[in-house]
Amino acid sequence: MGVSLIVARRELAGYFATPVASVFIVIFLVLQGALTFNIGNFFERGQADLGAFFTFIPWVFLLLVPAVTMRLWAEERRLGTIELLLSLPIREWEAVLGKFLAAWAFCAIALALTFPIVITVNLLGNPDNGVIASGYVGALLTAAAFLAIGAAVSALTKNQVIAFVLGVAVCFVFAVTSYPLVTDFLSRQAPVLAAIARRLAVIDRFDDFVRGVVSARDLIFFVTFIGFWLFLNTMIVEARKAA
Amino acid sequence: MTEAEPPLIEIDRLTKRFGHFTAVDDISFEVRRGEVLGFLGPNGAGKSTTMRMLAGFMPPSAGTARICGHDVQDDSVAARRMLGFLPEGAPTYPDMTVTGVLTFVARIRGYHGRDLSARLADAIALTRLDSVRLQPIETLSKGFKRRVGLALALLHDPPVLVLDEPTDGLDPNQKHEARELIRGMAQRKAIVISTHILEEVDAVCTRAIIIAAGRIVADETPTALCARHESGRLDDVFRELTTRSAARAAWERSKTLEDAA
Repeated sequence: MGVSLIVARRELAGYFATPVASVFIVIFLVLQGALTFNIGNFFERGQADLGAFFTFIPWVFLLLVPAVTMRLWAEERRLGTIELLLSLPIREWEAVLGKFLAAWAFCAIALALTFPIVITVNLLGNPDNGVIASGYVGALLTAAAFLAIGAAVSALTKNQVIAFVLGVAVCFVFAVTSYPLVTDFLSRQAPVLAAIARRLAVIDRFDDFVRGVVSARDLIFFVTFIGFWLFLNTMIVEARKAA
Repeated sequence: MTEAEPPLIEIDRLTKRFGHFTAVDDISFEVRRGEVLGFLGPNGAGKSTTMRMLAGFMPPSAGTARICGHDVQDDSVAARRMLGFLPEGAPTYPDMTVTGVLTFVARIRGYHGRDLSARLADAIALTRLDSVRLQPIETLSKGFKRRVGLALALLHDPPVLVLDEPTDGLDPNQKHEARELIRGMAQRKAIVISTHILEEVDAVCTRAIIIAAGRIVADETPTALCARHESGRLDDVFRELTTRSAARAAWERSKTLEDAA
């Protein structure tokens, strides 16, 4: 664990050493703000909550989170530094966890910078701050789920563009599995899969948090989901590190 | 050191296949403390592959390698603690400073506080990186980058050093310094260096292994090696051994293909 934190620290500093951090944070905030206020009709709704804000969070994450994770392993491979990193006394899972934690901390920083909107609703009305807090927890977990996918995908290639596009695609699959488009198709073709697909939908789980429901089932889902992808990530790194 | 000390590096019937291609073919050797082994061979002969397997980075298809008695696969982390490895091309993180990347590696190796500073100071002094300590690595010349890689390998003063082309990209003065550095440490360590520069073998190595097409074709002292050719020059010995065995390997390969057909 200690080694993972050392890796995480280096990786997090890496984000801020390049323009990646500022570009990501600015685009995230602008996009999230524009969607909330213009398309989400934040003011016209006349409700003191962050419903309009949280509606768009998973979709913005879907697009931007793979941009955070694409470099994690792909760049390490392209530069050859994976050989330096993995010939240090460190286990693959420790490196995987460290990189994931760095990306997660980075997303948490971006998310924390949306605090003015929380202040705004509190000034304008009397929101249920408990619901807002659970929404933020849900957003953090959704980010983590997408990050875990993106990091695993990044380990497959040394090309960051491929890592990004594949990451978005795989995240999209797990975002929409509960949508009628998918479930209707599946229930016609393979009803068993439809039931499974509905349970794997990351956005459905997130919506529970947005409604203020923090259930053990959702928490277990996220922990398992993230754990699975980190495990897969470790397997990929082990199998393909020298490829 | 007594005669009884077991070899620090033990390679036993190590083989690496990529599909049908055999990059390293059943090689075995040992390196004891005090030895500097020059690992020679043409490009693609399997030098880097062998070194990667020794560093635990690449799993062998068959055979084993041990560093200070620790198997590089089964007891990988313990083996890597004993090892300083300079990968081919000396890769480092370009956006980090020299001190930054050294600190990172030192922390992973378990150093902190005053120990860490002392280690860093030692490594920087040994590789003469003082003037560029705070520069991002991407701004450094090729020679400096190589020395950063060397500093990373030396950082924890390991008993075993595996250096893949440590002097590549250095100017003649820097090469001289690097050789002095290696010679200075030789008594206390087992060192393997791969190189294309044959004069280097004479200058620093106590023993040389030549591999061609994945197989060991010579394993003796540089002097004995030179005596193999009437000219007494290592270049000639190298050319004769590696072209002859490469030709034989190609012939054997075409033979097996014919047999298969």
